[in-house]
Amino acid sequence: MIFNISLYLSLIIFALGLTFKISTWFRYNFQSPSKPFSAWERFYAAMGGIMATFFSGRVLTLLRTLLLDVFCQRRIMRESRLRWFMHMCLFWGFTLLLLMHALEGMFTSNLFEDYASTLNPFLFLRNFFAFVVFVGIGIAIYRRFIQKTPRFFTNAMDRYALIILAVIMMSGVFLEAAKIGSFERYSQMVTDYADFDGEQEQKALEALWVEDFGVVSPNLTSPFDKELLTRGHELHEMNCAACHSRPQWAFIGYGAAVVLRPVALPLDRLGLVTLLWTIHFLACFIGLAYLPFSRMFHILASPLNLLANSVMEKGKSHPANIITLQMMALDACTHCGSCTSRCSLAVIFEEIPNPNILPSEKIASLKTLASGKPLSEHQMTVIQEGLYLCTNCYRCTSVCPAGINLQELWFDVREAVLKRGHPELLVLTPFSMYRGLLSPNLAEADYHRAQEQPIAGIEAVCSALSKPDDPIKPVHMDRDFKKQLLSSANGSTFSYCFTCITCSSVCPVVRNYPNPSEVLGMTPHQIIRATALGLPDLVFRSRMLWYCLGCYQCQDACPQAVRVADVLFELKNLAVVRMKNQNRQTGEIS
Amino acid sequence: MKLALQRCCTTPIFLKQYETSTNAVLGRLGVQLTDEALNCCGYPLKSYNYKAYVLASARNLSIAEKQKVDIMTFCNCCYGTLKEVDERLREDPALCAEINGKLEQEALKYEGNVKIQHIMEVFYHELGSDRIREHIVKKFKGLKIAVHYGCHILRPRELVQFGAPGTAAVFDELVAMTGADLVPWQLQSDCCGSPLWGIDDDLSAALTRKKIENARASGADYFCLACSYCQVQLDRVQKRLLDEGRITDPMPSILFTQLLGLSMGIDPDVLGIQENQINISPILDCID
Repeated sequence: MIFNISLYLSLIIFALGLTFKISTWFRYNFQSPSKPFSAWERFYAAMGGIMATFFSGRVLTLLRTLLLDVFCQRRIMRESRLRWFMHMCLFWGFTLLLLMHALEGMFTSNLFEDYASTLNPFLFLRNFFAFVVFVGIGIAIYRRFIQKTPRFFTNAMDRYALIILAVIMMSGVFLEAAKIGSFERYSQMVTDYADFDGEQEQKALEALWVEDFGVVSPNLTSPFDKELLTRGHELHEMNCAACHSRPQWAFIGYGAAVVLRPVALPLDRLGLVTLLWTIHFLACFIGLAYLPFSRMFHILASPLNLLANSVMEKGKSHPANIITLQMMALDACTHCGSCTSRCSLAVIFEEIPNPNILPSEKIASLKTLASGKPLSEHQMTVIQEGLYLCTNCYRCTSVCPAGINLQELWFDVREAVLKRGHPELLVLTPFSMYRGLLSPNLAEADYHRAQEQPIAGIEAVCSALSKPDDPIKPVHMDRDFKKQLLSSANGSTFSYCFTCITCSSVCPVVRNYPNPSEVLGMTPHQIIRATALGLPDLVFRSRMLWYCLGCYQCQDACPQAVRVADVLFELKNLAVVRMKNQNRQTGEIS
Repeated sequence: MKLALQRCCTTPIFLKQYETSTNAVLGRLGVQLTDEALNCCGYPLKSYNYKAYVLASARNLSIAEKQKVDIMTFCNCCYGTLKEVDERLREDPALCAEINGKLEQEALKYEGNVKIQHIMEVFYHELGSDRIREHIVKKFKGLKIAVHYGCHILRPRELVQFGAPGTAAVFDELVAMTGADLVPWQLQSDCCGSPLWGIDDDLSAALTRKKIENARASGADYFCLACSYCQVQLDRVQKRLLDEGRITDPMPSILFTQLLGLSMGIDPDVLGIQENQINISPILDCID
């Protein structure tokens, strides 16, 4: 009764969850509120794409991917042998348990006429598959909780996945153990199936089952005399052997039964078997019902993503399908951490503690963005910073075992987020080269807006002395600003400047303009002078500061050994701190 | 000889041929490269977060230190960054201690025992010009090359130019070994414009265009360079400017590893000659 109710309930939740999650692949996008395609348009495009693929030569590509990447998990193998072994154990061990044991009514008993779960080879195989799964769980626990890898995060979802799996497996093992030792079960079976001639025969069989089959009896204890056991064996052959192999074949369950033996009797009377059975099936059903919402959903999404990726390509596939694929990719992520372990920039997380720098952690923010949940301005700037702190080196994409095209995902989300209009100072760094090289793929207005926003943002915050005719007064002079520069070896060299203008006259950026001040604000020697006067706003606002190539011509030419370029770099660092503080303040207020 | 290669993050997507040509040439010269665990040198972070910039390079230096190998780069920006960070950590013990505190969790420590070399220095100083000459089997004839040094093997002077001969002279001599004629040109030491690509494309393009025009006017046929950022700018960006009609008279650019590889008789396909955006295959006709 409880079994059936919970089974159907979990199936209903699973089906609804599955429908909901799959619908998000078509409904969600990063472009909110402006959507390029409706959910139905994307659904039909996907169906069209699938049909077109099935009726083309690409079916062979799909089969190849299915064999190598899904069944053999070649991509994990390339990443690490240990992890491949772990995942193969979990994947195949659990799949085979599911097919042979959980779905025995559907498959095994139909395939094998004389199937009984207590009979070899099924008895042994069930334990063998369980053993394989346990090996996998063991390696996973070692990897996540014992081996300390920096920047490898284990989140609530990872813990849930391990816990539900462990509960299912452990309850199964102890259920088998409790059944092996159970006198109640033994008596029940004897009543149902055995045919005795007198009490002595009953005793003989019971003795054999206590001796060889691990039953813990309240009446009899070992040792028994040989004759009794021989008689018991004959009776066993007649009555039980057709359905029962020796329980030692169930090497894990039998081991657990040995451990339980001292307390087996009282627990058996209290109904341990029923309790464990209830825990076992409830854990399975909870796992099933929650599967679409958990990390375990990758069981479905990762293979689909691998298959879709093998036949899709940006530029060739329908643009609606590219969006859909990216939404599916978010569910395909298993949070395995391969990307972060290879990330070219992961190490800077120790200096800039923004988890969005790390590819494996970025995915969580992307899920939030895709679902359209409202985010505060501050949260948005944090995500944006993490998205921009990427060298586009392609390493994450080349190692992802789920085959997610992360590089393309980052690029698309980065652009979608930039469109929302929060100025990003990182646009003014060489991280923008990639964006510049890919700019033909972007709308011109969007491309240029993101370039102008950070400078406009700085102008808005650093607004002192914004009128050229305003006289500089002591009140404008910021002593802390000067002190900060004076505390560093390079920065302090600004004080040697005697304004000979050599730096500005050799600067290739200055030389590029007929009237440099018009475009650049201040030229390098003026920036150095303004620094000496302690006027940060004037310095930070100058385009020259942000257009410095870092080519070091100025520094090499300076007769006074002012480290001009290095001073400019330090000034930019100070400007970034100032803008970040400002963002934090306004973010908290809003 | 074994070296840790600081790969540049631009190469996997935009400049695969720099990796393949480097592997091919160094392989022939008996240099083994170990690069698996190195991260970005930190170059793009310099104006955003200086400590993060230092940490990135410090980690690479400490990994090389742990593996007991020296470090080599084929990108001027990576070179300048590693050199600067190395210097900064030597002269600032407080910063060094702070950075080491962060590296500790990975059982790494910067101690400053790693030599940082640009690939041109490896050719010249580590392998030696005699060894290079031995491997040169074909010489170029009538090939006029405008050597493009790039900024960070020249400047800041006190950081990178202490060896004798200086890197510029080393560069010239190595190119000359292949039989190519060196053409002097005025903007030889100027920036290629790459640092501003994506920030202000017009300014970046203007700087690039000046260099192209100047080198063209000097009578050269090709740029030759040894920096991934410069090559992306002078090949990929130049191609774009050409397609958009913003320049009319292009100046193709060949990587030094490709030039040397050709004169060592390595298959042009292995050197990725076809992968350059602006066609450089006519250079094959200049091989004697």
